[in-house]
Amino acid sequence: MPADRNVKIVTRNFGIPNSNRIDVALQRGAYARVQTAFHMAPAAIVEEVKKSNLRGRGGAGFPTGIKWGFVPKGAQTVYLVCNADESEPGTCKDRELMYWDPHLLIEGMIISSYALGCRHAYIYIRGEMMREAAVLQEALREAYQRGYLGREVQTLSGPFRLDITLHRGAGAYICGEETSLLNSLEGKRGWPRMKPPFPAVRGLFGQPTIVNNVETLMNIPAIIEKGGQWFAELGMGRSGGTRILCMSGHLVRPGVYELPMGITLREVIYDVCGGVPGGKRVKAVIPGGTSMPPLDGDELDVPMEFDALMNDPRIKPVEVRPGEVFELAPGKPLRTMAGSGGVVVMDEDTDIVAVCARIMRFYAHESCGQCTPCREGTGWLARVCTRLAEGKGRPGDTDLCASIAHGIAGNTICPLGDAAAWPMLGFITKYRAEFLARERGAPHRAGPVANTAGLPNAPLLLSPGGA
Amino acid sequence: MPLSFSPEAQRKIAETRRQYPNAQAACLPVLHIAQDEFGYLSDEALELVAQTLNLPTAHVFGVATFYTMYHRKPVGRHVLMMCTNVSCMLRGAYDTLRCLEERLGIRAGQTTPDGEFTLVEEECLAACADAPAMVCGQRYFLHLTPDRVDEALQECRSLPPTHGRRRS
Ligand SMILES: Cc1cc2nc3c(=O)[nH]c(=O)nc-3n(C[C@H](O)[C@H](O)[C@H](O)COP(=O)(O)O)c2cc1C
Ligand code: SF4
Ligand code: FES
Repeated sequence: MPADRNVKIVTRNFGIPNSNRIDVALQRGAYARVQTAFHMAPAAIVEEVKKSNLRGRGGAGFPTGIKWGFVPKGAQTVYLVCNADESEPGTCKDRELMYWDPHLLIEGMIISSYALGCRHAYIYIRGEMMREAAVLQEALREAYQRGYLGREVQTLSGPFRLDITLHRGAGAYICGEETSLLNSLEGKRGWPRMKPPFPAVRGLFGQPTIVNNVETLMNIPAIIEKGGQWFAELGMGRSGGTRILCMSGHLVRPGVYELPMGITLREVIYDVCGGVPGGKRVKAVIPGGTSMPPLDGDELDVPMEFDALMNDPRIKPVEVRPGEVFELAPGKPLRTMAGSGGVVVMDEDTDIVAVCARIMRFYAHESCGQCTPCREGTGWLARVCTRLAEGKGRPGDTDLCASIAHGIAGNTICPLGDAAAWPMLGFITKYRAEFLARERGAPHRAGPVANTAGLPNAPLLLSPGGA
Repeated sequence: MPLSFSPEAQRKIAETRRQYPNAQAACLPVLHIAQDEFGYLSDEALELVAQTLNLPTAHVFGVATFYTMYHRKPVGRHVLMMCTNVSCMLRGAYDTLRCLEERLGIRAGQTTPDGEFTLVEEECLAACADAPAMVCGQRYFLHLTPDRVDEALQECRSLPPTHGRRRS
């Protein structure tokens, strides 16, 4: 049975005038599910979320209910932190979600906080999002004024009162990583912490803490209203619910779309987004933010579901060098991942090496500098890729990039190292000939429009940590 | 004259402080307040923040230099953040950036001599579906191709300063 493309859970208020004002939101059903939740036992809510197969929408796709279950029983203080730092290149959903429906996020946070036993929750919003911060601040003010926040209410499990604080970041991609985010929220540099302990056991201010993405939390009210089973059935396999895809790059109709979990990449590109301008061929697609290895034009028939993108044998495994597969675990090749839902489509004229160089420059800039393989390695990758892209490559540069990336992968405190290494290896695996050609200084032959013309003209910046 | 916070900023700081179980956690928000107050974070401003929150000055310096949005030098009234990351690059963001540089007579990272604009080459601004994107304060400029740069700059001039009131 083809899934219904019209089911909208978190984007149902997109385009509604004044949807961010509480009166409009209330008319459209906001906060109704809070009452339902308050008549349930907290443990029953966690159970329902487990049943829903909701998986984290921030990048890792970890089952939300299971994560919630890690909070130690009987913990006195528990924090819920909403990760609204969205900065993975290619991803633009959380910003839109907060802009159009801030009250759905607050409602999701109230229900989640009740389920987790949290009395004070934080929203960590990316510093650059000044407009969305203003929208959220106003929505919070309205929610306080109407008594949804800051007022004690009776629930099945006794009196409950929640405060929510909006906390603005200040410009650092790494603060999207949950332990870095917690350090930043504690007023420190955004340096990731060693895990374990995981935040659910020891997080913000040393207390058990659940960090969830904006979209993840916005799905909670629907799960309470319609049940975990409904949500699970809406999805595919072990992934419940809908899938938000941020479609960008060379598309006729780019945009943020809420779609069935099992929709294939080809359907999204051609049916939903109107294909590639000028009828050009798809050369490459980044399926879930720039941290994920790319797919090539022959790999468009996979469902955009979490497990499919990891396991579908139609996706060529990423290699360390030709013939040698990169394994995440023995027998488990790295193909790609669903990540954050940021899909970047590149047409046949795209200069892949230049795109890769731009991506590597990003990670070099954003490395926090704590561990050597990441700090040094991302800098090398950016420099070597940039010289290849500029046609100043040297013989062996392609293999050099692969070996640097291989040296970073799996050897760092946080996954930012992998986030640079995986796409580097992925681009070389699938477009090796182009990299090799650039070693010989061959220029990229662009189409009529110099799609990727230009490389950074600012010098490579040092990591903000400076280390 | 040593710097001091205006009564309004002091009120905001007190309110902020109540949102956290310790003073250190108020560090980022208070740095934002200080930047809004003074336009940028001079050494004196950082010392004032440290004093206000009773934190070691070294800690506040360490934090302020970690994050890209805290300006340690004076910036223009309007900070233009032009994204050149992949989705924007694929749709011509570098052409737009060059056009901005040309019109403003500065390179990315610099401030115009009249103190109106600071141009920053930004990483992804989460507006990829509407690339190329630029942000100035609360205003997003989407699909910003070179032919629309003049119009955008004109509008920016009429916006409130990116960082608060600029009492300096
Ligand atoms: C380098 C890096 C950056 C990340 N950036 C974000 C982000 O901007 N937003 C987000 O929700 N998660 C981000 N994550 C994932 C978070 O660490 C965390 O897994 C997520 O917020 C958990 O929420 P979820 O389970 O609801 O997805 C990032 C992870 C890494 C390693
Ligand atoms: S992997 Fe990179 S970003 Fe993560 S802790 Fe190490 S240096 Fe910092
Ligand atoms: S890449 Fe420019 S806004 Fe995302």
